[in-house]
Amino acid sequence: MDILVDVSGRSPLPPPTRRSDPFHPPEGFAALRQGPPVRVRLPSGRDAWLVSRYADARAVLADPRFSADDSHPEFPRRSARPATSGGLSFLRMDDPDHGRLRRMLTSEFTVRRITAMRPGILRVVTGLLDELERGSPPVDLVERFALPLPSLVICRLLGVPYEDHAFFQSRSMTILSTSVAPERAAAGFAELAAYLDRLVAAREREPTDDLLGRLAARHVATGALGRAELVAIARLLLIAGHETTANMLALSVLTLLRHPAQLAALRADPSLIRPAVEELLRFLSVVQNGVFRVTREPVEVGGARLEAGEGVVVALPSANRDAGHYRDPDTLDIRRPNGHHLAFGHGAHQCLGQTLARVELEIALTELLARFPALDLAAPLEDLRFRDDITVYGVYALPVRW
Amino acid sequence: MVSRPHLRVDRTACRGAGQCAYHAPHLFDQDDDEGLVILLHDTPSPADLPAARLAIATCPNQAITLTDR
Repeated sequence: MDILVDVSGRSPLPPPTRRSDPFHPPEGFAALRQGPPVRVRLPSGRDAWLVSRYADARAVLADPRFSADDSHPEFPRRSARPATSGGLSFLRMDDPDHGRLRRMLTSEFTVRRITAMRPGILRVVTGLLDELERGSPPVDLVERFALPLPSLVICRLLGVPYEDHAFFQSRSMTILSTSVAPERAAAGFAELAAYLDRLVAAREREPTDDLLGRLAARHVATGALGRAELVAIARLLLIAGHETTANMLALSVLTLLRHPAQLAALRADPSLIRPAVEELLRFLSVVQNGVFRVTREPVEVGGARLEAGEGVVVALPSANRDAGHYRDPDTLDIRRPNGHHLAFGHGAHQCLGQTLARVELEIALTELLARFPALDLAAPLEDLRFRDDITVYGVYALPVRW
Repeated sequence: MVSRPHLRVDRTACRGAGQCAYHAPHLFDQDDDEGLVILLHDTPSPADLPAARLAIATCPNQAITLTDR
């Protein structure tokens, strides 16, 4: 009730962003989950609804009355900079456009296709661990393992040369940063587009057996897909494909190291890896600013009435810690029964690459723990820098020894 | 009359997220062209019911239903 009284007649507060503990979402969400969605003021100066509860988040994400089209003037943004329209491809479109583009990709990410990639992923993991073992600790696990693995995997899948990883990794980080100047982010966006445009043009001349080559041959050649559309898809997959998994992986290792009983249970019974990965996804919810929508028409959400054309921020990390849905939500429990977490979102836009992410996390964590039975953090927790200013949460560096 | 739980899938609602094929691979698959759901067994055994229910609960597009009939 306090919340309702507190916001009426005053300027909306900003959404909670300050974490008092790096392993938990900002504390302010606990109070917000007690009531209906509230109006918040975003860093851009625009107001939007903040949806914090699990049931409300799930309902919004499954409801086509909420649009993902960022060309709408009220679509929430972190900064005042205008969206690069079409820049994030089908992530920021509604059906039928979203469906048309996504359908061209779903066959590439089926459970069967990803399962067939397991041996290749295991080879990459084994190679990285071999190199790690030859070095002398302490080493930065982000730089040497968590980031190269998903980068190598997505490069191979798309057909992007891994030699260019320093270029696209730095541009991705800039694009996802909430603290760099808008011009720099826009420049990073354009540079990635120019790079991928050259790559796609080469595929059109000479199709190769990789995702970009197949899309060029199947859809660009027939006119069903434009070059610029394929470039935007490539950029989305390249960014989403390595940033999210890399940060989930490093943060998962750190989280397990900080929960020794859970780590011991996983080491004792490696078959717990699948529920452990689901629990880490729920617990960490690295898409820390949530997902954005704008209402197409008036709609009621969890006791609040939203008018047409209002922005909505769905706080995934908060929803995944809702005591109304999970027992002891702030406790990491790798044996927790599957609770249908929202770490990959929900509804028509739910993560296309989720099976690939799960498989990479499963294999990487299993092999890392098996290789280094005495793996430990090589710096005090207080010295670690967390990515509070990047759309995808994580740790900048993770010094470990074994 | 014995009531047997019966699975149904709606391929027009499916967007190929693949949760069903991941969590219940013996009940669901995805086609090669568009990655949309394929139902492998429409009458799950009692032992398969928990996996079927998990697939229903995790499906992001409510494309799977279980009915008694």
